[in-house]
Amino acid sequence: MLERRLAVPGGPAGNPGRGLRAPALWVWKNLLSPWYNAVLTAVALAVLGAVVPRVWRWAVDAEWSVIPANLTLLLAGTYPREEIWRLWAAVASLAGLAGLSGGTYRGSARKWMTAAFLCAAAAALVPAAAPSRMWLLTLGGLLAGGFSLGRRVAAAFGPAWRRILGAMWMASAAWVYVLLHGIAGSAVFPPVPTSSWGGLTMTLVLTAVGIIASFPLGVLLALGRRSALPAIRWACTAYIETVRGVPLISILFMAQVLLPIFLPDYRLEHVVRAMIGITLFSAAYMAENVRGGLQGVPKGQVEAAQALGLSNARILWLIVLPQALRAVLPSVVGQFISLLKDTSLVAIVGLLELLGIARSILANPAWLGLQAEVYLFVALIYFIFSFSMSSASRRLERALGLGER
Amino acid sequence: MMLSSDAFVQRKAFWRDTRFLAVLFQVLFLAVVILLAGAAYANMVRGLERLGLRLQLDFLSQEAGFGISEGIAYTPGDSYGRAFVVGVVNTLRVGALGIVLSTVVGVLVGIGRLSSNWLVRGLSSVYVEVFRNTPLLLQLIFWYSAVMLKMPGVRQSISVFDLVFINQRGVYIPRPVPTGAFALWVWLLIISVVMAAGLYVYRRRIQEREGRPGFAGLWALGLLAAGGALGWLAVPGSPLVLDVPILQGFNFRGGIQLSPEFAAMLTGLVLYTGAFIAEVVRGGIQSVPKGQREAALALGLRPAAAMYLVILPQALRIIIPPLTSQYLNLVKNSSLATAIGFPDMFNVGVTIMNQTGQSIPVFGLIMASYLSFSLITALIMNWYNRRVRLVER
Repeated sequence: MLERRLAVPGGPAGNPGRGLRAPALWVWKNLLSPWYNAVLTAVALAVLGAVVPRVWRWAVDAEWSVIPANLTLLLAGTYPREEIWRLWAAVASLAGLAGLSGGTYRGSARKWMTAAFLCAAAAALVPAAAPSRMWLLTLGGLLAGGFSLGRRVAAAFGPAWRRILGAMWMASAAWVYVLLHGIAGSAVFPPVPTSSWGGLTMTLVLTAVGIIASFPLGVLLALGRRSALPAIRWACTAYIETVRGVPLISILFMAQVLLPIFLPDYRLEHVVRAMIGITLFSAAYMAENVRGGLQGVPKGQVEAAQALGLSNARILWLIVLPQALRAVLPSVVGQFISLLKDTSLVAIVGLLELLGIARSILANPAWLGLQAEVYLFVALIYFIFSFSMSSASRRLERALGLGER
Repeated sequence: MMLSSDAFVQRKAFWRDTRFLAVLFQVLFLAVVILLAGAAYANMVRGLERLGLRLQLDFLSQEAGFGISEGIAYTPGDSYGRAFVVGVVNTLRVGALGIVLSTVVGVLVGIGRLSSNWLVRGLSSVYVEVFRNTPLLLQLIFWYSAVMLKMPGVRQSISVFDLVFINQRGVYIPRPVPTGAFALWVWLLIISVVMAAGLYVYRRRIQEREGRPGFAGLWALGLLAAGGALGWLAVPGSPLVLDVPILQGFNFRGGIQLSPEFAAMLTGLVLYTGAFIAEVVRGGIQSVPKGQREAALALGLRPAAAMYLVILPQALRIIIPPLTSQYLNLVKNSSLATAIGFPDMFNVGVTIMNQTGQSIPVFGLIMASYLSFSLITALIMNWYNRRVRLVER
């Protein structure tokens, strides 16, 4: 590094911060400095020069009108149009909770205000119908309001508030379920059959169910695999290794085709079968992640707890799991990201989640031949979700001081 | 999890004895598992009776009656078993090619992300983030329906140096064809392989005796390349000629034709897995402590030698296990071929299942095949891993 800096003619050898003042120096150092870097730059520029103008020309000519025309389908599937406010309400409740949590857990205020501001700006700029704008504004308001409320309440009540917040998150799962699924015989929330769920909503529901259900199952499997009892250890190991050895699509097919044979007395909805398949699959991978964390807990911790006279269950709950789960947080988030991407596979077994609904839009003669436009838009949605999750995980990793081995 | 605390067991009532509890717990667990399995089996028998099916494998020898668009020799008159084998071979073909190509892509991009060249670093990062953060299935469908099927017609084929042609019907690449001189050249090649092996052993011995880098692998490769090239020039005529695809009438003649499905499959798998392998490679190289490189340079090694002799061997050790799981993922992910109509094992299996209704045995076959692929790949990679692993005291 030093060597290179000295090699720059007239370079500010003792003061690298000054380098920014001379763009030419920056170009020299970052693009041309040893001779092979100049060659690499030339090659990269040639590739860019060949690709970018073509893509640009294509993007200008592309028929993007297919996206706004089908936006509601892509986001909400065939959810009854007069009930769509329930989806918005679900998102709004979660935004409020997120704001509250952000305020409680010493998040930086600026970030949350920016999020709220972006929501408001989107509401002002998006050329959408009036209700969508109003809901976007509400989202921004709830985020910001929840944040400032959360800060104040956290300061006033302390740890008890955090427990209440946890309970609220748990209750929100039931609340969202009621909103989405409805209650039979209710006038406010008439039931919406799962067959008319679809689009991004279905993707997010499948992901959320997969995360919530596979996490405890994965922890149990990981504990089972490390059990001192051979019967349990072997059973868990066999399950984990079998599931990890076969593709998800085969498990989804099995859930669709074989579950009805093994459980003939129960009429399971297609969505539920897919949820079962995703959960069973994801749990095996979760188990391996958690096992890594369990192995990282020093033996002395358990021995010290035993010496203090704690029961096995308490050692597990109070000593082992908190340390293990904290250590595996980043890899668990990674697991959630792949879960989000993997939900696209249910399109193969005929469910209309984001990718499935995109395919069915393209089957409509009105939108024939617009595969590139629609698939790129769908890819953008997936990208936004999983990229933001992965950068949040990286920030979390740094905040926890992990990954510095 | 039961934590053994036998050291503390004194005289206790038997229901508080850990050893007794352990046995009891396992018996209970097994009883629950057996009960559940039994209930599922009883349900299965009833369900199969209702559908009028019997569990047996003899359907595999019956005539399949459906066509498979590509793969080893097969006609609709062949048996279901043969059809499945065609699918297995197609899966292995995509898997093997995919593993080789995605390793190349991954290593190049992984090193590119650490480059001191800002442009190369940026492009590599964009590639990795875009391909890692979108679903593979979406990418496959995109390559197939939005790229391969949108290619120009046969007469307007895209030509790459007049060697490779791409059009709606697939990708045409040249095929190397052996001539009369090929056998002689192969003999010369074998001789140079033997000589290269000898040189490798000799250089290794120098390295061990004198304690300085012998670059045994490089010397051997150099000798091999020189032998091959000299042999190529020495034999009369060229031992291999390229059979370049040529447009004749309404189609291309000669060369190797890759179907659009195969091309899309391979592109999607390689680009997706390549992005993950790039991260594995980058992580491996970055995990080698900085001091190792500094120490190597302080000892007077040149940067290239420090990379080759000090950093890479240590990085490799970290890279191998996650690389193995990426290879396994690639083979398993090839099952997504069913979404774009490439006749891999899973696709053919589902067709057989739909025709015969024998869902349980067919699923058993598919799962067993994937499990054995995973096992074989894992065995090979574990063997390699043992070879590069740190030998601890």
